[in-house]
Amino acid sequence: MTNLSSKLSAKDVSVFYNEKKALKSVSLDLLENAVTAFIGPSGCGKSTFLRCFNRMNDVIPSARVEGEILLNGVNINTPDVDPVLLRAQVGMVFQKANPFPKSIYDNIAYGPRIHGLASHKDDLDHIVEDSLKKAGLWAEVSDRLMDQATGLSGGQQQRLCIARAIAVNPSILLMDEPCSALDPIATAVIEELIENLKQRYTIIIVTHSMQQAARISQKTAYFHLGNLVEYGDTKQIFTNPTHEQTEAYISGKIG
Amino acid sequence: MTDFASLSIEERTAHLKATLIKRHAKERRLKIYGLIAIGFALAFLVTLLTTVVSNGYTALQQTEIRLKLDIPVAELVDDAGMIDAKKSANFNWDGMLKKALRQEFPDVKGMMDRRKLSELLSANAGFELRQEIEAKGRIDTPSGYFWVKSSDDVDMLMKGRMSREIPEDQRRLSDVQIGWVDQLIAADAIQKVFNKSFFTKADSREPESAGILGAVVGSALALIVTVVLALPMAVMAAIYLEYFAKPGRLTDLIEVNINNLAAVPSIVFGLLGLSVFLGFFGMPRSAPLVGGMVLALMTLPTIIIATRASIRAVPSSIRDAALGIGASPMQAAMHHILPLAAPGILTGTIIGLAQALGETAPLIMIGMVAFIVDVPDGLTSPATALPVQIFIWSDSAERAFYERSSLAIVVLLMFLITMNLTAVYLRRKLERKW
Repeated sequence: MTNLSSKLSAKDVSVFYNEKKALKSVSLDLLENAVTAFIGPSGCGKSTFLRCFNRMNDVIPSARVEGEILLNGVNINTPDVDPVLLRAQVGMVFQKANPFPKSIYDNIAYGPRIHGLASHKDDLDHIVEDSLKKAGLWAEVSDRLMDQATGLSGGQQQRLCIARAIAVNPSILLMDEPCSALDPIATAVIEELIENLKQRYTIIIVTHSMQQAARISQKTAYFHLGNLVEYGDTKQIFTNPTHEQTEAYISGKIG
Repeated sequence: MTDFASLSIEERTAHLKATLIKRHAKERRLKIYGLIAIGFALAFLVTLLTTVVSNGYTALQQTEIRLKLDIPVAELVDDAGMIDAKKSANFNWDGMLKKALRQEFPDVKGMMDRRKLSELLSANAGFELRQEIEAKGRIDTPSGYFWVKSSDDVDMLMKGRMSREIPEDQRRLSDVQIGWVDQLIAADAIQKVFNKSFFTKADSREPESAGILGAVVGSALALIVTVVLALPMAVMAAIYLEYFAKPGRLTDLIEVNINNLAAVPSIVFGLLGLSVFLGFFGMPRSAPLVGGMVLALMTLPTIIIATRASIRAVPSSIRDAALGIGASPMQAAMHHILPLAAPGILTGTIIGLAQALGETAPLIMIGMVAFIVDVPDGLTSPATALPVQIFIWSDSAERAFYERSSLAIVVLLMFLITMNLTAVYLRRKLERKW
């Protein structure tokens, strides 16, 4: 692997829900153009941590984030940074596919429209086609772009959501258990897609599937009860974890 | 307690069966209670509807008396042959009608009897004939048979709402007058026709010329003001409370108060309107504008609550999706959440408006209870509202107002049913499954 320079990093990040500390002083550097997997049992804070990178925790009134998140050296966790701008750079795919109840075309075109990325209808058409191609969905939907997006299958919907995220041309993609609601075949398609996407994007994926983490990620972070227990190369974590807890979780003794 | 562990399978089954019978009996009882409750409600509803309809349907007709008239055209027209308003105003229309009626009964002599005879005609008969002719501008056939409205007492007699059995001194028509009506019936000079003026005129002191159009227009104008004021305010308030308000004591206070406002007696809103809109701001009395503002205040909490519920029914994943690709919170609300919540908001609004349409008390406080004979032609012209009109009529002594208020209730109910059915239809049609 080349070009693995750190672009996104977290320093002493803690998240509180009211008074409860859900994430405890986590620091890590993420690799550019690679897939980083966050694993750990439910409630360990991995999703909470993921949502720090595009400030989606702002939406939750009781949540409070402390510490620094550096995107290209700039701390994004300050009131000066507009979360709207940030989210155009850091795209997100959610656990449950959440297409807008509009046409496939409008789903993809919404982001570019609100950000003014296309000045012309042709430009917009081009962005839609390009995004759908990158998400590997173009062949399946090219002849029915005006159909309702909610009529697609679960796997297709999730790929549509990925296409929608990359239509605004982010540099980082956050994925919160994107395959948890999909069958193995649809999961395989998405995993293949992630494999292709990592050439262009820095990807962070939260997953409950150890096998998935092992298959697609280059780096893995293991969380437990709000602590970052271990962070390292995926190969090393899965074959030779340094912490007992990590080993116990990976081998299925806990979690 | 039975020790189940020590029982055999048969004993345990028997025990379960015994309790099962009890449980089934309980369920049956509950079901019966429910049916009884529904039966009661339906019975009351049917009673209400049949009472109102049976009291009101006769108001759809109005009795008219045939008179042979010979209108002196020369006294009424100007040089061009058109009706001259001044001349028409000076002309004794009532006298002409009374004279025509006397000709039908040549035997009636004496002041008292003549006056009694003219009581058969509506007090407004002359005025209405004049209006009709002035509106036309000319008289095509000056002489011939004309049908004019009878008085409300004759109308009641013809509709069988005045009994001939009760003693004369307790009747509004004397035996002599009834005799004349019978003569008219025998001569085919009296008939019941569709009561057009009920739907085309505003209120009047004479029941036979009173109509609901003024009240309907007043209600419509007030409701337009209500929807224009309440809907945007309520939707904005709901969005703010759902998505932008920082949780805290102030927000809680606002929330509690909105819920409380929905339960405030409507007359209190009327008092508020009286002291603030009329007293402080000096707005016109009896105006649909003020009525609409008061009703908007009253409807506001209802629409806010309905809007918040339908906003909450939109899955948060939709909002996450919009925010996740960089929509601002306002864009997420306007582009995605509001369109998806629209059916619920619409339904809530219609139900709120239906509630406002049936509201009387606050309108009384701001003077919309006045006696107004003109159909309102603007937001600030004096008006009354449909439920207030019903209230006014039901308070009147004349028997003929009684049937008119019943028919007005039927009209009001039809408006309400239409609104509620529209709400149900829209909800069914626009409902989205997630």
